[in-house]
Amino acid sequence: MSKKTDNQTLPEDKLYPLGHTDDVEYSFTAEKGLTEGLVRKISSLKNEPEWMLEIRLKAYKKYLEMKMPTWGGDLSPIDFDDIRYYIKPKNQEAKTWADVPEAIKNTFEKIGVPEAERELLAGVKSQYDSEVVYGSLKKALSEKGVIFLSMDEGLREYPEIVKEHFGKVIPMGDNKLAALNTAVWSGGSFVYVPKNVDVGLPLQAYFRINTERAGQFERTLIIAEEGSKMHYIEGCSAPSFSSASLHAAVVEIYVKKNAKVQYSTVQNWFKNVYNLVTKRARVMENAEMRWVDGNLGSHLTMKYPSCILAGRKAHGEVLSIAWAGEGQHQDTGAKMIHLAPETTSQIISKSISKNGGRATYRGMVHMVPGAWGARSKVVCDALILDEKSRSDTYPVNKIQENDVVLEHEATVSRIGEEQLLYLMSRGIGAEEASTMIVNGFMEPVVKEIPLEYAVEMNRLVGLEMEGSVG
Amino acid sequence: MLKIRNLKVKIEGKEILKGVDLEVKKGEVVALMGPNGSGKSSLANTLIGNTKYEAEAEELSFEGICLLELKPDARARLGIMMSFQYPVAISGVTVREMLLASLRGRGLTVSALDLKKQIAEEGERLHIDEHLLTRSINEGFSGGEKKKLEILQMRILKPKLLILDEVDSGLDIDALALIAKNVVEMVKAGMSVLVITHYQRLLKYLVPDRVVVMKNGEVVDRGGKEIVDKLEAQGYKSYE
Repeated sequence: MSKKTDNQTLPEDKLYPLGHTDDVEYSFTAEKGLTEGLVRKISSLKNEPEWMLEIRLKAYKKYLEMKMPTWGGDLSPIDFDDIRYYIKPKNQEAKTWADVPEAIKNTFEKIGVPEAERELLAGVKSQYDSEVVYGSLKKALSEKGVIFLSMDEGLREYPEIVKEHFGKVIPMGDNKLAALNTAVWSGGSFVYVPKNVDVGLPLQAYFRINTERAGQFERTLIIAEEGSKMHYIEGCSAPSFSSASLHAAVVEIYVKKNAKVQYSTVQNWFKNVYNLVTKRARVMENAEMRWVDGNLGSHLTMKYPSCILAGRKAHGEVLSIAWAGEGQHQDTGAKMIHLAPETTSQIISKSISKNGGRATYRGMVHMVPGAWGARSKVVCDALILDEKSRSDTYPVNKIQENDVVLEHEATVSRIGEEQLLYLMSRGIGAEEASTMIVNGFMEPVVKEIPLEYAVEMNRLVGLEMEGSVG
Repeated sequence: MLKIRNLKVKIEGKEILKGVDLEVKKGEVVALMGPNGSGKSSLANTLIGNTKYEAEAEELSFEGICLLELKPDARARLGIMMSFQYPVAISGVTVREMLLASLRGRGLTVSALDLKKQIAEEGERLHIDEHLLTRSINEGFSGGEKKKLEILQMRILKPKLLILDEVDSGLDIDALALIAKNVVEMVKAGMSVLVITHYQRLLKYLVPDRVVVMKNGEVVDRGGKEIVDKLEAQGYKSYE
């Protein structure tokens, strides 16, 4: 069964330069809707071991039993029967650039993959629809014993590591969308960093949705062994389809004793995408986990990267930026669960809402009995650019131990008329001045992400601000 | 150069300037004095185009160009600059980024590196801690540091007309002398200054060619620097 996408009738949306589409042949496209038969079909197409099929089937049952979250954004417009849960591109994981089909190269050209290649960034793994079609692993990485594969490959080649870790940080019953992901997952990355290895250059993955109503259910598993160090970068862009697309990923990370992991995301899905993601790390003794999360696109994002601080002196951080423009709701935040003594965490959340956009911060800091000496700091800053837009903050603190410190700061500001006047009085035009103020507001988080992403984010803000000032 | 005839200004419907006439010629230092609430700062804000101030006038022009319809950035590009009484902090924006955008906004080709050097030199002259220059503009700056940073911007943007709005508030005498010295140098090179103050001490260093006294939104006295001495002795009571 093969299908060609039709891009003849798609409107050119100049506000969204990456909103293009390419002709790609698909070798298998599932019927719309989800059945047990489809779950079995996905597993058999992938030649998975029996135990993975069992996990999928159990998760499918959970998915049917569980209720959709009623808090957060409005999920009612998603028609789960109108989604294709699996699409397999015809071209399987090409090994070299020369093997990559022309249409896909063009897409990568537009989203900048070849540049990443030229700049010798570490192994590029790119997800094209539900499978990895192109990826290269730098020789240096394999020499260090670092494994960086698609999740499908990881399962084929390292089934015992996957079996030991899969679904343990985020159990299938965690929430309905995690159950859905566990049932129909496809693609995503599998990363294993051996003891005391410093990966050095960041590992990058590009994600794209490229078929109307194609749900994406990536599953990423990262294991950083004791004393290791790594940085994983995930960036997304999606073309401009009219009907809603669902993206429900799960990312599980193990940060073992003394290890350090940073996971950076620049999310720029097109504005019809429901992006409902579960991300969680288990952080052991003296280890550090840092989530850097930029949410610019999507119609609705619900994402609260979490750290379970399970070992003494474990440290967790979430730095996030949410941009909510017209028709967008960014419901984002963080969760820090302090299970061990002297664990520390920091949440810095910045949101910008404009043109009727809505930004919500939803966060939780939980300190259990026995987590003495735990410290946490939460800073939420919201910038609201006009009267139509909205920002809400819902922090929850569950503190069950006395000997702890928790700081919380929250500010909500409108774009300062005085700041605007100040910059304009130096000869800077209104639009540029506003962009400078917004970029400056985001700077504490943007400076933590790699330069090429930071440049892209600043450029996107510039585009969004165009024509916004009278 | 700056010509103001019968300027009336309202803020939220309330009239605060009731027909002011004022002229500043090229290379001239004009002191605008008056008690708190006399309308001095409103006049300054009107001149730079702060939209909170609704202005109408028979004439409000700079080098023959009518200012009334111009936005603050356009006025800045004509060569008008105000040193703010309370400069605002802008997170994540450094003075270099701002000045780079300002100069490029004037159509000038500027290298970021040259500008960095220039800022460092001017910072040294003004005794500004170099760490402040790489931080967010005015964020965590003391009152004196903010004022010095305004003067640093003047040195680099080289306005034709500088409006000093209460630059002397919150400054120690050394900083005041240093700022005045830098302004005087620019005046010698042809810059005009409208210096707003209700104290006399700044005017010892920055000697005005003419003095204008305002009260309740109106000009109540004009003359030479002898007015400063008169105010020193009698205060503003003589205008009651």
